[in-house]
Amino acid sequence: MNGGVAALETAWRARRRVRIVGGSVVVAILLVCLLLSAWVSEAYPAALLAGASRAGEYFVKLWPDLRLPVLFAGTKVQGSLAYWMYRLDIWLWLLFETSQMAALATLLGALLALLLCFPAAANLAPNRVVYIICRRALELFRCVPDIVYALILVWTFGVGPLAGILAIALHTVGALGKLFAEVAENADMRPWEGVRAAGGNWAQAVRYAILPQVAPNFLSYILLRFEINVRGATVIGFVGAGGIGQELYSVISFNNYQEISAIVVLVILCVSAIDLTSEKLRTLAIGRSA
Amino acid sequence: MSGVADIARFRARFPRAFGPPPWQRAAWVLGCVAFVVWLGALCAWFDITPARLSRGVSGLFVILRLMVPPSPGAQWADILQGLAESVAMAFLGTFVAAVIALPLGLLGARNVVVNALAHFSIRRVFDGFRGVDQLIWALAFVRAVGLGPLAGLLAITAAEICVLAKLFAEAIENADPRQPESVLAAGGSRLLAIRFGLLPQVLPVLLAQVLYAFESNTRSAAILGVVGAGGIGLQIAERIKVRYWDEVSFIIILILITVAAIDFLSARVRRKLIT
Repeated sequence: MNGGVAALETAWRARRRVRIVGGSVVVAILLVCLLLSAWVSEAYPAALLAGASRAGEYFVKLWPDLRLPVLFAGTKVQGSLAYWMYRLDIWLWLLFETSQMAALATLLGALLALLLCFPAAANLAPNRVVYIICRRALELFRCVPDIVYALILVWTFGVGPLAGILAIALHTVGALGKLFAEVAENADMRPWEGVRAAGGNWAQAVRYAILPQVAPNFLSYILLRFEINVRGATVIGFVGAGGIGQELYSVISFNNYQEISAIVVLVILCVSAIDLTSEKLRTLAIGRSA
Repeated sequence: MSGVADIARFRARFPRAFGPPPWQRAAWVLGCVAFVVWLGALCAWFDITPARLSRGVSGLFVILRLMVPPSPGAQWADILQGLAESVAMAFLGTFVAAVIALPLGLLGARNVVVNALAHFSIRRVFDGFRGVDQLIWALAFVRAVGLGPLAGLLAITAAEICVLAKLFAEAIENADPRQPESVLAAGGSRLLAIRFGLLPQVLPVLLAQVLYAFESNTRSAAILGVVGAGGIGLQIAERIKVRYWDEVSFIIILILITVAAIDFLSARVRRKLIT
């Protein structure tokens, strides 16, 4: 009996030793990686300390200068909400422009993705070559970030919202196309076979057998992408591609602290409002199919 | 003749079977008209004209032609350093953010902080700050701590804390409540219940989320340099400014390879952790 317990004990000890050694090796590797990345990203202790205090100062300066007694006074009184948001009309208009850019870009991207996603679905592709070409094309669109597209498109389309719209749309094609293709791959194939057996061609089969099944999911993904694109559109202006980003870039560059916080608060409110609305719509779109 | 009469009779009795009712058709037409008007208004507002589009597209084709073949140019060292900076920023930023987000996630979880008001307000703060894009953080930190990868690192950390805290809070809320309860029943304190009842359950999930965050941050760290926050984005932005398109395409390809490699590595680690 005792021998059994002793064997168990040694086995447990051995396991424990292996775990401790393995754990310390993992921790050591992690530490080396962390130190290496700290060195590469210039996060030296001295720089970090100086940076932290300066960042603290900066964010304190961003804090809006609001005073309770005069909170609802007019634009001329320092410390009132109206004084803080003194360019509210312009900013709201820019936010509206940003949301419209995102909407148009999402629409454009979704249309192209809709064209590319069916040949890129393994079960629907007419042949292997078309499938691979469409898949790779979608990957190519997806893997370049929209801000890089914007940098390039600002050259060819000029400064302004058009470059931003096209940049976001290009990235959206890839992102949505992949999701669409995955939805289409999960579609029930019996209607497809029915249409094909009745003599329908490929396009008719996609239209009448697959599209009605996948439309609610597509709609939900489009709305989700719209939310993401609204966020993207708020910063695409940093490279001169229109929207609130251009204004934000200039107030940050000129250190207009109060205006920075005002715009950021407006952006947060706008993005949250759009998120909430789109979430409601998404549950509606999915709910109808169920 | 009786067939036609039958159809008329059926049409009168079951109008829905013969197509949508008139109000639905009217709504459909109105919707289409509104859509076209919206599209036209946007085109006018954003100055989207066929001439401008065709000019832009032809310019784009010129650029695409200049992008082939990709060439590394003369500054290999700069490019590689930029790539290393991007990966380092993403790695360290995600790690620090995860360390800070863990207690915040615990605070935001309904089953840990029972006070509904505290829970609700913490979650709303996370949600609000998630609306601030990483590039906005980067731009702010560039103004605060100067150009360079440190600003990017801080931006990634700041932006990721909010995202991870929310994900952590949700993961912790989905944990099985019986294990912490049993620790409490055995006489453990609340802290012990979290340590031995809650954390062992959720840690693999949290680690997987941190790895996902690392992957996505590698992608975004590649563009933070566009606003001066270090990394490979700076190299791209500079080369686009001077129109070295072949080098731009080379760097884009390098980024894609790096991102794919990180994804591959992280997927392997994740599979190991989960099973």
